[in-house]
Amino acid sequence: MEATYNYKVVRQFAIMTVVWGIVGMLVGVLIAAQLIWPDITLQLPWLSYGRLRPLHTNAVIFAFGGCGLFATSLYIVQRTCQARLLSDGLAAFIFWGWQLVILSAAVSFIFGVTTGKEYAELEWPIDLLITVIWVSYAVLFFGTIMKRKTQHIYVANWFFGAYILTIAVLHLVNSAELPWILGGSTSLVGMFKSYPVYAGVQDAMVQWWYGHNAVGFFLTTAFLGMMYYFVPKQAGRPIFSYRLSVVHFWALNFIYMWAGPHHLLNTALPDWAQSLGMVFSLMLIAPSWGGMMNGIMTLSGAWHKLRTDPILKFLITSLSFYGMSTFEGPMMSVKTVNALSHYTEWNIAHVHSGSLGWVAMITIGSLYYLIPRLFGREEMYSTRLINVHFWWSTIGVVLYIAAMWVAGVAQGLMWRATNADGTLTYSFAQSVNAMYPFYTIRLVGGTMFFLGMLIMAFNVWKTIAAGKAVNDAAIPQAVHA
Amino acid sequence: MIAGYAVPDFVSDFWHFYVAGITIVSVLGIIWFLKAQSTQRKLAPGEKAEMLEHAWDGDLQEFNNPLPRWWLFGFWFLILFSVVYLVLFPGLGKFAGMLGWTSAGAYTAEKSQIDGEFNKVMEPFLTMDITAVAADPTAKEMGQRLYLTYCSQCHGSNAQGDGKNFPNLTDGQWLFGGDPATIKASISGGRLGEMPANMLGDEASAKEVANYVLSLGGKPHDAALAAAGQAKFAACAGCHGENGKGMVAAGFPDLTDDAWLYGGSEAAITETVMKGRKGGMPAFQDMLGDAKIQLLTAYVWGLGGGQQAAAPQQ
Repeated sequence: MEATYNYKVVRQFAIMTVVWGIVGMLVGVLIAAQLIWPDITLQLPWLSYGRLRPLHTNAVIFAFGGCGLFATSLYIVQRTCQARLLSDGLAAFIFWGWQLVILSAAVSFIFGVTTGKEYAELEWPIDLLITVIWVSYAVLFFGTIMKRKTQHIYVANWFFGAYILTIAVLHLVNSAELPWILGGSTSLVGMFKSYPVYAGVQDAMVQWWYGHNAVGFFLTTAFLGMMYYFVPKQAGRPIFSYRLSVVHFWALNFIYMWAGPHHLLNTALPDWAQSLGMVFSLMLIAPSWGGMMNGIMTLSGAWHKLRTDPILKFLITSLSFYGMSTFEGPMMSVKTVNALSHYTEWNIAHVHSGSLGWVAMITIGSLYYLIPRLFGREEMYSTRLINVHFWWSTIGVVLYIAAMWVAGVAQGLMWRATNADGTLTYSFAQSVNAMYPFYTIRLVGGTMFFLGMLIMAFNVWKTIAAGKAVNDAAIPQAVHA
Repeated sequence: MIAGYAVPDFVSDFWHFYVAGITIVSVLGIIWFLKAQSTQRKLAPGEKAEMLEHAWDGDLQEFNNPLPRWWLFGFWFLILFSVVYLVLFPGLGKFAGMLGWTSAGAYTAEKSQIDGEFNKVMEPFLTMDITAVAADPTAKEMGQRLYLTYCSQCHGSNAQGDGKNFPNLTDGQWLFGGDPATIKASISGGRLGEMPANMLGDEASAKEVANYVLSLGGKPHDAALAAAGQAKFAACAGCHGENGKGMVAAGFPDLTDDAWLYGGSEAAITETVMKGRKGGMPAFQDMLGDAKIQLLTAYVWGLGGGQQAAAPQQ
């Protein structure tokens, strides 16, 4: 019988989560500053907003979020299956392959190589590499599930499984593209350029089916998997309701798939598709809140721990932001609300309450649980610094999203304001000008969140220095269920 | 359905049934699933939920609390809302919904209502003379707002152009004419100002012609080059005239004045001769309609460069 878990790959991914978090958020701070001082990067084309913005989104989603998910899913699947990963070689391949994807992404964005499809900007050679890595990940994850010693599959693994399968489908369909070299291009730029196989509104629909479900499965389902392990572990309490987890799992996965068209309300997309996108987005509130409930209610009987345990504060606050943004999202999918909110900073507020409030905070909380265990320690070097990090992050997020909410609503109202003769009250430039104070508050909030990550890096550094990396951890031999 | 908007959403009825069928089955499926999963009774006061036997990774366990009631009712409400919405609004394939609502229809209705409202304010100016409209303070205010919305992107908020590609509207120099009727024609029908590239072949000739052009306007130039360029100017005279004064009626620019859309230096003129120019102003008639164009014409005319209606000078 196998005696150990593979902690090496978990540790590698966990450390890189912190590193990429810092890089991705630093780029975010930089582009936030560019919106206030457009010439801050000296008009260098490589550092222009248009190139850095996809670098920021990809770095925080796929580098920071991605590494966090690899680390936690590969940890959780081993511990809850009481089985070592299917293959150490495959695990190492996934780690190094994913780092290569991230580096190629960064380089290609800086040189302006992009497909132009949001969150799928990577060009075809990188797309192919992602496909190979993702299939390996699926084999590794499901292979480990197959060799589990436990009878039942733990709920966190359902969510990771759904995420792995869905992302595979989304990536393959949305990245279907024709490389220009097939058309005979011989230039260096042409080597990497491709065009989508879809055209017009179909392309838009496929893109936002992908884009929305990247949010739904990469940034929601997978992180719920994280939640279902680290919240009960850290709280030391059983999950609130198995039944609720079953219902919200299936409802979430099924309903999420339909919601993409809400990104294309009031466009050339046919009315019927817009309506379906809207009603399924509204129904989505229930399964989303099911996940939030199950996490928060798990704490019942242990509420007092929130006072003293900053890791738990991170986890529970993240669930609150999750609940807030999964209510806000469906509201923004209502056609009339969307007519005001679309294309404004309100969207930026919404995605950051999800990405900073939910995704980043649950990841940070989970890492604070995970990292000491990967270095043979009980806890982080300093609990006080975790607490400081918690407050910096929370205040940072609140400043960020409050500023962008006000900015977005102001923008939407300014754009639609008309005089008695029907002319627009404000020119576009005036609405841009009105954004400065809010952009400044946003920069402050974002910088606070970023500085919190530096505090984390210091804490992680000291934890590592005082501990010893564990490559293989003993598997408890008692089989519970 | 608005005019010219007649592209069907579905190429055949199959896709209608496909979309509507899958949607209906899916919503029914959600209803069935939720009903099948919500059979647990509510816990009695003080009763504790059952704890499932399984445990993972040492201490991970699960209670089996029934679905929270308020959550369940919320879910049912959202499903009900969705069903009602899909009955009233388009969503089930080509079924139009009982309200007959379309986004194109909503747009048209809103636009015609708003147009009706606003045209009342603007139409009185339609019958007035442009010079009178330009003198009316209300009209001027509206004209300025219209200008800032539709024209400032190119001509600048001060209407002085950008000094490079977009003409200054305040300086009294007009490519196509500055009398009210001509300005109105420029706005409603748009303009094309095009000069062909490579009329002379090589850069040396272009430079000579550039100097000759400068000499026509009495500006500093290289006399030797200008003399060499004189003969070659024949290629240009077809449009700009023997004397280089152009022809306003056709939009051929006067080369002897100080208004240079693309720059009046030797280098800029040489570049223009070599590469040609292509300027275009879009037509606004369909987008803005008569009343707004009347106000805009008066506003632009009144910016300082407007000319009296008279036969354009050759």
